[in-house]
Amino acid sequence: MPAEQSPALPIARTCPYAPRDEHVRLRETDPVSKVTLPTGAEVWVVTRHEDIRALLADTRFSSDRRRPGFPMLDNGSGAPTDVLPPLLLTMDPPEHGPARRAVLGEFTVKRMNKLKPRIQEIVDEHIDRMLAGPRPVDLVRALSLPVPSLVISELLGVPYDDHAFFQSRSASLVSRTVSQEEKQKALFDLAGYLDELLRAKEEVPTDDLLGRQILRQREVNGAVDRKDLMGLAFLLLIAGHETTANMISLTMLQLVRDPGAREALRQDPGTTLPAVEELLRYFTIAEQALARVAVEDVELGGRLIKAGDGVLALAHTANRDPRVFPDPDTFDVGRGARNHLAFGYGHHQCLGQNLARLELQIVIDTLLRKIPDIRPAVPVDELSFKDDAIIYGIYEFPVTW
Amino acid sequence: MKVRVEEDRCCGAGQCVLLAPQVFDQRDDDGIVVLLDGTPPEAEHEAVREAVSVCPAAAIHVDGDG
Repeated sequence: MPAEQSPALPIARTCPYAPRDEHVRLRETDPVSKVTLPTGAEVWVVTRHEDIRALLADTRFSSDRRRPGFPMLDNGSGAPTDVLPPLLLTMDPPEHGPARRAVLGEFTVKRMNKLKPRIQEIVDEHIDRMLAGPRPVDLVRALSLPVPSLVISELLGVPYDDHAFFQSRSASLVSRTVSQEEKQKALFDLAGYLDELLRAKEEVPTDDLLGRQILRQREVNGAVDRKDLMGLAFLLLIAGHETTANMISLTMLQLVRDPGAREALRQDPGTTLPAVEELLRYFTIAEQALARVAVEDVELGGRLIKAGDGVLALAHTANRDPRVFPDPDTFDVGRGARNHLAFGYGHHQCLGQNLARLELQIVIDTLLRKIPDIRPAVPVDELSFKDDAIIYGIYEFPVTW
Repeated sequence: MKVRVEEDRCCGAGQCVLLAPQVFDQRDDDGIVVLLDGTPPEAEHEAVREAVSVCPAAAIHVDGDG
């Protein structure tokens, strides 16, 4: 179909606190709509909560980025690459289920609760270091990035000394402005590093996620598939670096904007978990991960999506769907709605969601207790937001107290 | 209220365990749902219903509105 038949739809965010007007308009007037993305790709965008749940639960839509028609958000990011094997994120049934179950045991609620004391220690250390250091300080570098980075590195068994290397490479991979060549370079760097690390762990398996996966593969398959484990390590590291980190920064921004919510949280830590759900809903930072391609003709929200058509779920807009969330654009710290789409939906729903919840909960409680008068050191309107990134967030957030 | 879970559908997101830890658990090995109490007391009903509605795999079912 010629591209000019579908209206152009911008994707980049323009405001930290609200989805784009164009997206909201589509949700209210044309909720399953064919558009042309800034890349020139023609895809369907889905903007209502109910339709996105239907889309993401339907296995006639594939997550395989190698399939023709898969929506590309930047030129080339959806292109096949043989550096990495198919990641959990890009697998379909029947391969996806067993691959996910092989690692799910590492992320159960019980396992996450066992990590609690260590996460608390890590958060305490970083906040104490902030308190002992000069003011103002960049919250992103002092807290938002290192905490999740250290947690996922320890969980996987990746030496934290290499975190600067990972942070720079993963930031390149999720940026929409970095050149394709640079992205390939970052990918090769990471793959080479992980290959070396896994080789060492195969010789002397360590008591960490990757070490345990090596033992598990030997037991189940009789051999280790290093490329498969490299893909797993890669996915978990990237997911661990970029998502929770951005949520920590945005959380502090929101608590600065809403002193009532902040005071409520400070007085009663029991209200933190519902607040975390509301923060997830309100910012929905990873909506651009929710893309699919139809493998057969499917009717969705009254429209016929043809086999080979790409589909993009605009979850940020759907998380403001008034059909599901009363007064949806208001940040209500006590709302506690868990049926948001911030972690996606369906059998790909975020594997690390309970780790993310726990990290956010501990950071909020500890920060509000240790630095109750933390505040931005610059006007928040002057902050630089990641409008161009696949995962939304703040580049730098100078704070003082 | 009678609760039923479909292990084959479960994708181990763990939201049911967070909501109703007296009713749901996860297998240590692969994170799949374990039903601890198929006929939970009244006090758990609301949490169980929420678990049904948020389960990303629609793997939890409730029969009879007790």
